Amino acid sequence: MESSTKCEMQLLVNGETKSVVARQGDTLLFVLRNELGLTGAKPGCLNGDCGACTALVDGTPIKSCMMLAIETVGKEITTIEGLHNTPIQRAFVEHFAFQCGYCTPGFIMNAYALTETKPDADDATIQEWLESNICRCTSYQEIEAAVKEVLRQKRKTE
Amino acid sequence: MIPFEITYHRPRSIEEAVHLFDTLQQQGKKPLYYGGGTEIITLSRLHLVAADAVIDIKHIPECRTLEFNPHELVLGSALPLTTLEEANPFPLLTKAAREVADRTARNQITLGGNICGQIFYRETVLPLLLSDSQAVIAGKDGVKQCSIHDVFLQHIRLKPGQFLVQMKVDRSYASLPHFHRKRRKQGKVGYPLVTAAAIKKDGQIRVALSGVCPFPFRSKEMEERLNARHLPLHDRIEGAIRALPRPILDDIEGSAAYRLFVLKQMLFDMIDELGGE
Ligand SMILES: Cc1cc2nc3c(=O)[nH]c(=O)nc-3n(C[C@H](O)[C@H](O)[C@H](O)COP(=O)(O)OP(=O)(O)OC[C@H]3O[C@@H](n4cnc5c(N)ncnc54)[C@H](O)[C@@H]3O)c2cc1C
Ligand code: FES
Ligand code: FES
Repeated sequence: MESSTKCEMQLLVNGETKSVVARQGDTLLFVLRNELGLTGAKPGCLNGDCGACTALVDGTPIKSCMMLAIETVGKEITTIEGLHNTPIQRAFVEHFAFQCGYCTPGFIMNAYALTETKPDADDATIQEWLESNICRCTSYQEIEAAVKEVLRQKRKTE
Repeated sequence: MIPFEITYHRPRSIEEAVHLFDTLQQQGKKPLYYGGGTEIITLSRLHLVAADAVIDIKHIPECRTLEFNPHELVLGSALPLTTLEEANPFPLLTKAAREVADRTARNQITLGGNICGQIFYRETVLPLLLSDSQAVIAGKDGVKQCSIHDVFLQHIRLKPGQFLVQMKVDRSYASLPHFHRKRRKQGKVGYPLVTAAAIKKDGQIRVALSGVCPFPFRSKEMEERLNARHLPLHDRIEGAIRALPRPILDDIEGSAAYRLFVLKQMLFDMIDELGGE
């Protein structure tokens, strides 16, 4: 039988250091959900296609189903649970940018990174970023409107 | 989740990585070098990858290099594709990288992973084949540099324990007239039906393709036919199609006949844009 590769890892998640014991082959998505109870990042395709599992690592959106938890030791992880009443969250509500809501945490994490790092994003950039996520309920127009609203507000206040 | 037990290793130098590989192998284990890990993780789930250990090369400084000196571009193999796109040292490579997967996935997919992966499109290799780039390879015998044409023929050909550290490109290629087009079955994200990359150097067109065959390639025979300007354009393109390597992909993304139809139109557009009439 294979011997277990479980080990203790210190992960910095949403500003707090968490100690978890996990297999070295466990993905970040699995550890967030099953070890830390952070179920905001969603399992969808588990294949890198849908973006439901998107989280931020050092501010960059990644698909947490395709990253090992152990890779993120020493990095800053942000999940949807780490965002509180941000402009993009409010804009999603105001623009009805979801129906069932399954894709929403992934879309918000990606859109949050976009609006934080690229406030001058043009339409092509917005499209390029949003293409990383799939919404089975097809709320695409509303999601785009929410992102554009946040960018507009940001530009106004800068 | 990788459905079998693996150990994760994070070397800080080339020597440490090579030594680790050797040691693990001597212990009877199967190690794999690990770039973005996206293919290793997703194909493991399908049991299409097997390993006992992964050696993450992202913390080796040489693998993260992105340097533009007066003569050449040095591109670390562990650079994520989006880093290459944003720095844009080689516009044709930027265009090729930008069409791979989606933006979030490209924050993880590395240049070396795209070139060395088993998913056979390997689209970023096209500009590197066209620019006769150099590959820097590390292994037990040390670090060596060689032409990409010596180590990449349809797929990377490395000896056990070797890994790709960097790609080097002569800077003059970065400013040459070029063409890049990717056509998919549908949508803006996904594998290619046909991806064509081309440059024009000294009046001659060079062309490399992905999605046509189950491997990416640059074909001298195709280039000869495309550059045979004494012939009518239509004959040059028909000649290039006849010179394609085999087999032509024939799968759920597109039939062989449809891929050839798409490729033919693309070759007309390429010659039109690059002025090779
Ligand atoms: C969602 C998704 C969409 C995709 N779409 C496209 C697409 O449109 N076009 C396309 O061309 N490809 C596409 N791919 C394929 C992708 O580019 C490859 O799977 C690539 O291998 C992923 O890079 P990585 O850095 O994550 O590789 P890893 O998973 O780290 O490694 C893949 C393989 O390459 C080896 N390897 C990695 N780096 C090195 C190195 N420096 N030296 C030697 N060996 C190395 C590993 O040992 C392993 O065998 C897609 C993949 C995904 C997950
Ligand atoms: S679950 Fe990660 S991309 Fe679909
Ligand atoms: S709101 Fe249902 S999948 Fe997007």
